[in-house]
Amino acid sequence: MQLFPCPFCGLREETEFHFAAEAGKVRPEPAPGVSDARWAAYLYLNDAPKGVAREIWVHRTCGEFFIMERDTVTREVISSSALPGRAG
Amino acid sequence: MSGWRHPTAGHVDRTRPVRFFLDGRPLEGFAGDTLASALLASGERVLGRSFKYRRPRGLWGMGGEEPNALFDVTENGHTTPNVRATSLPLREGMALRSVNTAGGGTALAPSLIDLAQRFLPAGFYYKTFMAGGWMRWEPMIRRMAGLGRLDPGTVPVADAPAVNIRCDVLVIGGGPAGLAAARAKARQGAAVWLVDEAPEIGGSLRWRGGQIEGADWHAFQRDVAETVASAGGRVLPDTSVWGAFDHGLYAAWERRSGHPDRHWRLRARDVVLATGAIERPLWFANNDLPGVMSAEAALHHLSLFGAVAGRRVVVATTNDSAYFAAEALAAAGCRVTIADTRQNGPTVSDGVAHLLGASLQRAHGSRSVGRVTLNGGPDGAGAEFDADTILVSGGWTPSVHLHCQAGGKLDWRTDIDALVPRAGTSPLKAVGAAAGTFGLAASLQEGHRVAGGDGPAPRAEGATWHIAPVRPDPTLTGRQWVDLQNDVTVKDVALAAREGYRSVEHLKRYTTLGMATDQGRTSNFAGLAAMAALTGRTIPETGTTTYRPPFAPVPLGVIGGTRRGERFAPLKRLPLEAAHRSQGALMREYGWWLRPAVYGEDGLDENAAADDEARVARERVGLYDASPLGKIEVLGPGAAELMDFCGYIRMSTLAPGRARYGLMLNETGVVHDDGVVLRLAEDRFILSASSSHVASVRLILEEARQDRFDPSRVVLHDVTDGWVTLTVTGPRAGAVLASAGLPEALCDDAALPHMGVVETRWAHGRLRVTRVSFTGDRSYELSVPARHGRALHAVLDGAVTAEGGRWIGLEAVLRLRAEKGYILIGKDTDGITMPHDLGWTRPREKRSDEFFGRRALFTPEASRPDRRQLVGLSVEGAEALPVGAHVVPTEGARRSLGFVTSSGHGPGVGRPVALAMIEGGRGLMGARVDVFHLGAVVPARIEAPCAFDPAGKRLHA
Repeated sequence: MQLFPCPFCGLREETEFHFAAEAGKVRPEPAPGVSDARWAAYLYLNDAPKGVAREIWVHRTCGEFFIMERDTVTREVISSSALPGRAG
Repeated sequence: MSGWRHPTAGHVDRTRPVRFFLDGRPLEGFAGDTLASALLASGERVLGRSFKYRRPRGLWGMGGEEPNALFDVTENGHTTPNVRATSLPLREGMALRSVNTAGGGTALAPSLIDLAQRFLPAGFYYKTFMAGGWMRWEPMIRRMAGLGRLDPGTVPVADAPAVNIRCDVLVIGGGPAGLAAARAKARQGAAVWLVDEAPEIGGSLRWRGGQIEGADWHAFQRDVAETVASAGGRVLPDTSVWGAFDHGLYAAWERRSGHPDRHWRLRARDVVLATGAIERPLWFANNDLPGVMSAEAALHHLSLFGAVAGRRVVVATTNDSAYFAAEALAAAGCRVTIADTRQNGPTVSDGVAHLLGASLQRAHGSRSVGRVTLNGGPDGAGAEFDADTILVSGGWTPSVHLHCQAGGKLDWRTDIDALVPRAGTSPLKAVGAAAGTFGLAASLQEGHRVAGGDGPAPRAEGATWHIAPVRPDPTLTGRQWVDLQNDVTVKDVALAAREGYRSVEHLKRYTTLGMATDQGRTSNFAGLAAMAALTGRTIPETGTTTYRPPFAPVPLGVIGGTRRGERFAPLKRLPLEAAHRSQGALMREYGWWLRPAVYGEDGLDENAAADDEARVARERVGLYDASPLGKIEVLGPGAAELMDFCGYIRMSTLAPGRARYGLMLNETGVVHDDGVVLRLAEDRFILSASSSHVASVRLILEEARQDRFDPSRVVLHDVTDGWVTLTVTGPRAGAVLASAGLPEALCDDAALPHMGVVETRWAHGRLRVTRVSFTGDRSYELSVPARHGRALHAVLDGAVTAEGGRWIGLEAVLRLRAEKGYILIGKDTDGITMPHDLGWTRPREKRSDEFFGRRALFTPEASRPDRRQLVGLSVEGAEALPVGAHVVPTEGARRSLGFVTSSGHGPGVGRPVALAMIEGGRGLMGARVDVFHLGAVVPARIEAPCAFDPAGKRLHA
């Protein structure tokens, strides 16, 4: 059972969190100018790195989304921070 | 000859006999015995049968490594299967059922399966029973295999609670090294949790004894316990740490007598691994005979319980540790011969025969050891002599499981012939025998040093043991067992090697080596060593299998704890549940909520009752509890913008005081939820998500709010649980409101038209009334703060009864909505349904702003003309179509065009109605199709989804 640091609530067990997205993915829009391939890539293609990953997670109990950097091999959590413009 | 009870040795209470039963035969032990020691002392040799060949098997060990002595134990009417005799204290009246005996008990004649053994090599089942399909044979094989039997009637007396604990230091194992480490840490002020699987801390000191710091070891034991307690820590005996998990989580099972067991979830800053080591067997022909036992285990049973393994004892060893056992047994009155594979060994007392350079070749006997054959020694090759007991010590295997579970690596140490934890590769710090340090003085020192202890380590005497390597000899005749619990021999390992299963992971799966409930404690190393010898590789080259939790078998009931039955996934309860029940509601689960299904007396015909309720609601008026309907408040100047982006149907154009049906998609364009949105003010919406989708809808809104919009301009507030909503529906709904004494303005259709919402006050305070309909009839949803729910219930109950109406359950509501073609997301839709499949085409065609899921509505897949679309189905006759039945063409090749999603008796139309998803269905109105179900075909006709009052006149009537 991993412990994740919510920037607002501190360390909590992983069952309180949901993965949301890989960080840095930009939603392609407006829709009419986006090719099928680009949209499919946005929806389904992830880097899923072996090693350090930068991801958006949500702490379901407080409802806040945040950025977490973690190592997918060692399970080490490197950092977590509020979304830009949000107090941490 | 076999085991016996020493007149004085051990700590059992000889004044308190304890009666128990083995396969129905009465036996006697003493208070303080374990099942194992009581069985050993009462002379029972054959304690069970082996898994595959049904060979007689006896006691081998003293703890979690025990592969043979497993029993289904019945106590006070409760049966626990596959209990290790070594780990359960003896209690009065316990009934033991031996395993793998097919009811014949331990007295069974020599096994026919064993005689056929050469036709049953490793992989036999895999190779043989593929003919005709494994599924055909599996039930028969399962009946033959498989340890103890579950008693389905057994229910735990009480659930094992789970306890979460944080501590500074967790010390796993209370042997000499663990004690020294715990005391050193506690002296520095750390809160130490010292966990041991035995009933008392001390580890090997308990049966080996010893002097520490110039006094009997008990003084040291007491000092450790007191130091730990005074620093805020705790000693936890009878507790097995069974798993190391991510981020320093350790799971431990505490066994308690007279109380439910407990499941500890421990998180510690530092962890000391002091789990000790397990004695290895030796490999010779018939090394599985009852009477062959671990030397250390024999010492353990003698010192603690006065249970002596036999009379004429051969101690076969490769190392110094077994000499202590040999001397103890000789002192107890046994005739002892030491057979040491080494050319040099410690000196022995007078009366103990000592053979050097001697190794066991074969044990003889049918149900128990009778004679042994030795190789080497003074008499040269092939010397035979009588012995009733063989105590073996093939070296020691450090218990590194938890270190490896935590990701640790191992190093090979030639000097002790073992794999030990590589320091720094896991968060656990190994000490003592777990780290390959054998001997009391060395263990104490290491525990103290690794814990960073101040001052000198606890002093003790005792040399470090010398251990010589030994390997299975594949050339020896006869069967040498490697894995006693899963019946794997050296020959099976050789077969695996010949057939190319040389990786240890393949070896394990092919032969099932180490896959039994003892987790290969006594067998993994032997299998590994045999494979290394057969393939000419070293042990590090051969590698080890992956260590996974659990380290010890844990009852599923302990892991599950209180999370079973109703508490497995707790249901949400209505604030008015008691009121519904008092009116005869039959409560049932709908999307995590426990809601009234129908009302009536016990034993009623539920279908007929629901039909009747629906009919009353159509003809006069019905009242139902709609509290689970989601109520997500969306507040702030940015509210409309957020609603527009997250919804398929725009809400910014909705006027305050009005309601609008909406759909929420996910980014793949699939309909996630539907529901009505209320706009109470320019900057205030309430989103009525469907009752089972509230949390996920809120998450979609929340993500957009934080990721895309200015979160300071809009906030979300899920108030679903804070309100009671009762819905009045039917032609006389307006009359009910009037006679209930609610504000008159509510009945004014100009002030509150269909799809209107007002916030007003009534006798008890706030009241929100919404004119939306899930039934097709004039309906009023009345919402009040939950604390006023009983009051609202009371006034509506009286008024509805006065108007000739009644309470209706969810089953009636579902009938009413089905004939109106109102869908339920997840029932009438699935994971590919898009809004235009449901007929909601306009926003897809007309909206030019961005919204959630928009792009996905224009993929080639989304534009296929043969997408399944929502339609209605009508049938001749009174029989409703089965839900899930496939719709097929009436002519040509039979293939599925789609399926029935909802079906039932339509209370308004007076005939069966159905909804279905059918390929290109909206273009097939009026077409005849067949509905195929379980071989039967029923003709049906495609219609519009709405079968009743398609013009919607009743909404205003």
